[in-house]
Amino acid sequence: MDLLLDGFAAALTPTNILFAVLGVLLGTAVGVLPGIGPAMTVALLLPVTYSVPAESALIMFAGIYYGGMYGGSTTSILLNTPGESSSVITALEGNKMAKTGRAAQALATAAIGSFVAGTIGTVLLILLAPTVGPLVVKLGAPSYFAIMLLALVSVTVVLGSSKLRGFIALFLGLAMGLVGMSSGQPRMTFGFAELSDGIEIVVVAVAIFALGEALWVAAHLRRTPLEIIPAGRPWMSRSDWSRSWKPWLRGTAFGFPFGALPAGGAEIPTFLSYVTERRLSKHPEEFGKGAIEGVAGPEAANNASAAGTLLPMLALGLPTTATAAVILVAFESYGLQPGPQFMTQNEELVWALLASLFVANALLLVLNLPLAPVWAKLLRIPRPYLYAGILFFATLGAYSASASAFDLGLLLVLGVLGFAMRRFAIPVLPLIIGVILGPRLEEQLSEALDISRGDYSTLWGEPAAIICYLVMALVVAGLVAAQLRGNRQDTRTPETEKDEVHT
Amino acid sequence: MSITLKPRRTQTTRRGLRAALATVSAVSLVVLTACGVTSDGGDPGGDLSDQRLRMMIPNAAGGGYDLTGRAAVKVMEDEGVADRFEVSNVEGASGTVAMQRLLNEEGSDDLLMTMGLGVVGAVYTNQSDATVDKAIPIARLIEEQEAIIVPADSPFTTVNDFVEAWKADPDKVIIGGGSAPGGPDHLFPMQLADAVGVTPNDVAYVEYDGGGPLTTALLGSKIDVGMSGLGEFAGQIEDGSLRVLAVSGAERLDTTDAPTLTEEGIDLVFTNWRGVLAPPGVDDATVDAYIDAFEEMHDTQAWKDVLEQNGWSDNFATGDEFGEFLNEQNDRVRTTLTDLGLA
Repeated sequence: MDLLLDGFAAALTPTNILFAVLGVLLGTAVGVLPGIGPAMTVALLLPVTYSVPAESALIMFAGIYYGGMYGGSTTSILLNTPGESSSVITALEGNKMAKTGRAAQALATAAIGSFVAGTIGTVLLILLAPTVGPLVVKLGAPSYFAIMLLALVSVTVVLGSSKLRGFIALFLGLAMGLVGMSSGQPRMTFGFAELSDGIEIVVVAVAIFALGEALWVAAHLRRTPLEIIPAGRPWMSRSDWSRSWKPWLRGTAFGFPFGALPAGGAEIPTFLSYVTERRLSKHPEEFGKGAIEGVAGPEAANNASAAGTLLPMLALGLPTTATAAVILVAFESYGLQPGPQFMTQNEELVWALLASLFVANALLLVLNLPLAPVWAKLLRIPRPYLYAGILFFATLGAYSASASAFDLGLLLVLGVLGFAMRRFAIPVLPLIIGVILGPRLEEQLSEALDISRGDYSTLWGEPAAIICYLVMALVVAGLVAAQLRGNRQDTRTPETEKDEVHT
Repeated sequence: MSITLKPRRTQTTRRGLRAALATVSAVSLVVLTACGVTSDGGDPGGDLSDQRLRMMIPNAAGGGYDLTGRAAVKVMEDEGVADRFEVSNVEGASGTVAMQRLLNEEGSDDLLMTMGLGVVGAVYTNQSDATVDKAIPIARLIEEQEAIIVPADSPFTTVNDFVEAWKADPDKVIIGGGSAPGGPDHLFPMQLADAVGVTPNDVAYVEYDGGGPLTTALLGSKIDVGMSGLGEFAGQIEDGSLRVLAVSGAERLDTTDAPTLTEEGIDLVFTNWRGVLAPPGVDDATVDAYIDAFEEMHDTQAWKDVLEQNGWSDNFATGDEFGEFLNEQNDRVRTTLTDLGLA
């Protein structure tokens, strides 16, 4: 405890607070822009490590990391244009909330959820890093494969009312995930070297969500009367609070372990949180129309996963995300080598860093919460201008990602696909999940089989894997039982189906 | 720091790395053009100190090529060797996209590209015809040795223990590396296999997305042997959770207590190197000016400091010497990959 207090004393010097503020501001800014992420920002700022003391630089980088996770949600909610892949799920309910005049509440639940999750995550980090750290390397590819397969099974919950359309979307997503290099050979790249790194999740999400919707709105602009977005209340109501706090905690519970696991990542916990909230919600009818739980959970999950990522980094010197990898480079340029001995040898620095995570979190809340109602006013811009702005923003993001015309073309092609999906009432969530999960599943499967030299029994060779398969069996059994009892979802009215078109 | 930050896919943030750079460089380009300062106007050849040049980096900011290229550019600018560089990251297909762009800019007398062994192999595995021998070699700057790394509790204590077990049954010795097929961590075990009499096609190679996941697999004893640059393992080697059986260069490293392969009786010297190319069709005067500039940069104290800070070994060569080396590497990589059916 004393150590933590000393840490706060170090983190709260005026200079370090200034660096923390700078970090969260920068992080929020890059989180907002699609195509520009915290990893690149930290990489570009690496030269500051030559002139700034270690504490200050690391505090700023931690601020950028947390800020980036938060900033991605703002454009997801307001413009349906996710800034980061971990904010893709937030767009689903968040943007629907914004359209019904509840943008301020969506932004607020995202900000407070991020704060809660980031704080709990940091506490867990402090408690667990010394003991649990060495354990995270025990999980191997077979376990990750099983965990991701379990995640894929949970997708069936969100396939929508028409299973056929749901599966069409899911397989479209999985097919897109196949594009790229495999075992050193190009696959489905059609001769474009630009495709050999695979199709970016953010490009897919921006195209399908933002472009698809802009085209859809443009196609109907003259035929449908202008919807006025109601002004709405500026703050969260009592019921918003009571509907948010459980998803925040559950989202944290998903996010932290996935962040801490070397192959976990921030995307999978966000949609696990989403499907869980959709399952557990007392207002399932609101999902697809702007349920606050669908914003609170995933936003908590992505911030908790950012905290989780720091666990293997501090305890083992293992970077599990691009941002963590670049932060590790920063450590090394100070001659610091995170790893088992790091936490004991550099106690002061570590505690200052952990304390600064609390500070960064608090700063994010202070900066962003009052801004929520201000941002929400953005939506009062007349529709033609608003969508023109969204198109501009999405295009800029896709282009700046690599300054290549190819990505623009890709964005437009996928945008037309997004339009077509709305036209034919195909839900977009299964597609996004397919794009996220497909390549991950394949990577783990091929790693597991490479190691076992093609022996499939390796897939159930780890305890964690077996547990996942048992849970999967239970889920499937439950679904079959529900089906036999006559699932109510099948008798949903076409009305519900139509709403999910825009999901 | 080593090549292992090289991006492959799936990480959005990683792709995002290049975005701001691109944005920044695009903005600065616009600004510059507006000021009427363009790079084509200058007199090519001779002194570079009043030239505005472009340096293309074939991977993301923070990666190995990026650190090398930016460090070289910074030293040249600071020491007045060159006036100003505009650095851009052209990411994609492990450098193939950038290599294509370099060849497309035939005759551009203001463009340079940082590259290395990984790019040589990537153009083959990507089935691109933009091979490195089509560009003009300027300078080889640095090299990094590969290391053979095992977990602390591994039964192998010397590199020969490992080679014996490997020769006995290649299927039983699982080897991991931090690069995709065609990259340095993949080429090294393949050439090592060839050198000790294991058929490269039999090598059980598992590809990891960089040094982080490779370390995880080694610490968890999921694989038997890791082959990679040493940069990202320093902490684990220091605390004894990983051991180095041998390094791949001609001489031992000061920093690591491990023998070279040749000391252990294996006839192989393999290093992961990085250097600079110019597009084809550039006139001799300009090429000479580039070479002079890099030689001048190499002689500065600032560059020596950069080498030390990053743990890079000096392996400087220019012009024809680098050209011969490049062609030899190109042939060797092509042969290795063709034998494996990857090129």
